[in-house]
Amino acid sequence: MKSNTWTIIKKEFARFFGDRQLLFTTVIMPGLLIYIIYSLMGNGIQKMVTEGAGEVVTMRVENMPTSLAPMFSTMDSSLVVVEQPVTDADIAMLEDKEINAVLVRFPERFEEALAGVQVADSGMLPNVEIYYNSTNNAASRVYMTVSTVLGNIGRTFTVNVPQDEGQRFDQATDESIGAMIWSKILPMLIIMMLFSGVMAIAPSAIAGEKERGTIATLLVTPMKRNELALGKIVSLSAIALLSGISSFVGIALSLPKMVGMGDSVDLGFHYTTSDYVALLLVILASVLIMASAVSLLSALAKDVKNAGTMVVPFMLVVMLAGLLPMFQNGASDSLVVYLIPFYNSIEVMTAVFSHELAWTPVIVTLVSDVVYTGIAVWGLTKMFNSEKIMFAR
Amino acid sequence: MEEILKVEGLSKTFTLSRKQQKIERTADRRKVAVDNLSFVAGKGEIFGLLGPNGAGKTTTLRMLSTLIKPDSGDAILDGYSVVSDPAMVRSKIGFLTSELKLEDFFTPNYLFDFFSELHGVEPEVCKERKQKMFERFGIDKFAEVKVANLSTGMKQKLSLVISLVHDPEVIIFDEPTNGLDVLTARTVTDYLQELRAEGKTIILSTHIFSLVERLCDRVGVIIDGRLVACGALDEVCDGMSIEDRFFNMYKEVKGGEE
Repeated sequence: MKSNTWTIIKKEFARFFGDRQLLFTTVIMPGLLIYIIYSLMGNGIQKMVTEGAGEVVTMRVENMPTSLAPMFSTMDSSLVVVEQPVTDADIAMLEDKEINAVLVRFPERFEEALAGVQVADSGMLPNVEIYYNSTNNAASRVYMTVSTVLGNIGRTFTVNVPQDEGQRFDQATDESIGAMIWSKILPMLIIMMLFSGVMAIAPSAIAGEKERGTIATLLVTPMKRNELALGKIVSLSAIALLSGISSFVGIALSLPKMVGMGDSVDLGFHYTTSDYVALLLVILASVLIMASAVSLLSALAKDVKNAGTMVVPFMLVVMLAGLLPMFQNGASDSLVVYLIPFYNSIEVMTAVFSHELAWTPVIVTLVSDVVYTGIAVWGLTKMFNSEKIMFAR
Repeated sequence: MEEILKVEGLSKTFTLSRKQQKIERTADRRKVAVDNLSFVAGKGEIFGLLGPNGAGKTTTLRMLSTLIKPDSGDAILDGYSVVSDPAMVRSKIGFLTSELKLEDFFTPNYLFDFFSELHGVEPEVCKERKQKMFERFGIDKFAEVKVANLSTGMKQKLSLVISLVHDPEVIIFDEPTNGLDVLTARTVTDYLQELRAEGKTIILSTHIFSLVERLCDRVGVIIDGRLVACGALDEVCDGMSIEDRFFNMYKEVKGGEE
């Protein structure tokens, strides 16, 4: 690397690492915030799900069918079944949360209805009324159980009830289900995190220099413009990568909590060294492309605010590209797709997370991204040479 | 006179934006900023470009410092063309204008080292030069203070020092005392004279007559982008004060309009 390029990189690093506030907000905070927010959300969801477990709920049953009484009494250890008429006053108390109960009202002659006897002149089927308050998790759980049990009564067949332990009907393994989920979520998350890292620093590093008038001080030195352009893009990419890594670590640490599975659960995150190498390479290439694109837009902008405005539509396009894996089944087989900047990285990430890594698309992605970065360096050099762009008022 | 800068037919025309057209109150989208400018500057002299605001002084100096390209003409500085060899020209010059700013975040120490590195100054030379110049301008006491926390005068002195980290042969100075307090202005003008004594060439632009009289060996008077007079100060003045001579020339060019 040319010495002046290295001098610019060192200066950008000195600027970034010397500013504790910037360092905190760009590298420490994203990961920390993601970890805290996702963990809190995960804990909240888990609390909601597990809340009420072990809590004793009373089930009052009016007109209890004799044939169902034994089943209700053994259905749930935290359920106390009481045979008692259900009154409107009881229902009102449920609404006011004055009782913690589920109220079941069977129609009269329910047993006969079960046996197929016509019990009403209207021709209507007998209706079982189950009253509960869904804001009480324990009551909701009991309602679900009772309604499922009642829903199955009278059927002449069952579907997919395991006949022996370990019998599986869905042939997807836990690992492949996990891989499918990761391949749909993680590419977008990674791209967004990397992009937010670039956004945090690139506009200030280029448009900010124009705004503050410090770019002209650099331009009157003997340094070549392409050295300046390369120095800016490389340093911004490295810093953005740090920010992206921080976010990624935050996601990785908090995801088990987010999906409510605890720390010891197998999330299907079984990737090989090759997968990780491909992922790292493609992340590097993505960051280079992002830093290049945002640098070009920032160089065109009059000031940092203007740069932010110019980058927003571009960011939306990138986010949209990040959403595409959610609507497709695995990565594309067409190599042409891997020539499209940003989208190629998303496709490779999708392939990696789906355990479908192929090296040809990775190589096409890396080579094309390096070529695009080269074109961006050339473009940025031209911009640094353009008095209209650098000194526009 | 040993010639170090030769300017030949330098011209520059800008295309005005609608906003600029409104400000300039003109329907013409093109503005000729510098029109066929030619002059020479000798080694070890202070050459002043004198003219009113908007005359084309800054544009001329920006072309000489390679920040902008001339539409036509060229300037040869110490054997290098500003058009075809701008990087070499930049290594030979120190350019200072109020438009050039230093990053607030860094300290004088860091900035001196950073710009020395960009100019390819050896670390030992850089250290020695930094100590000498920081002491000369009283920056040594603030060497580790961030630029943001320096006084305006100290920032300006630091800008001057930074533009000279590589000990250039030619110093191009746009309005050297503009916006300076009297003490800093005096420090700067004294230093320019010291540089001349060391054999350096200084090209400066100004609209201050007293500065021209006090500092310049030769002067070029520029009005509406054209050089209307150029030569040794006493030749141009022709027995008059530079102020009177300038207004006479201005009236001739503008046809009595002031």
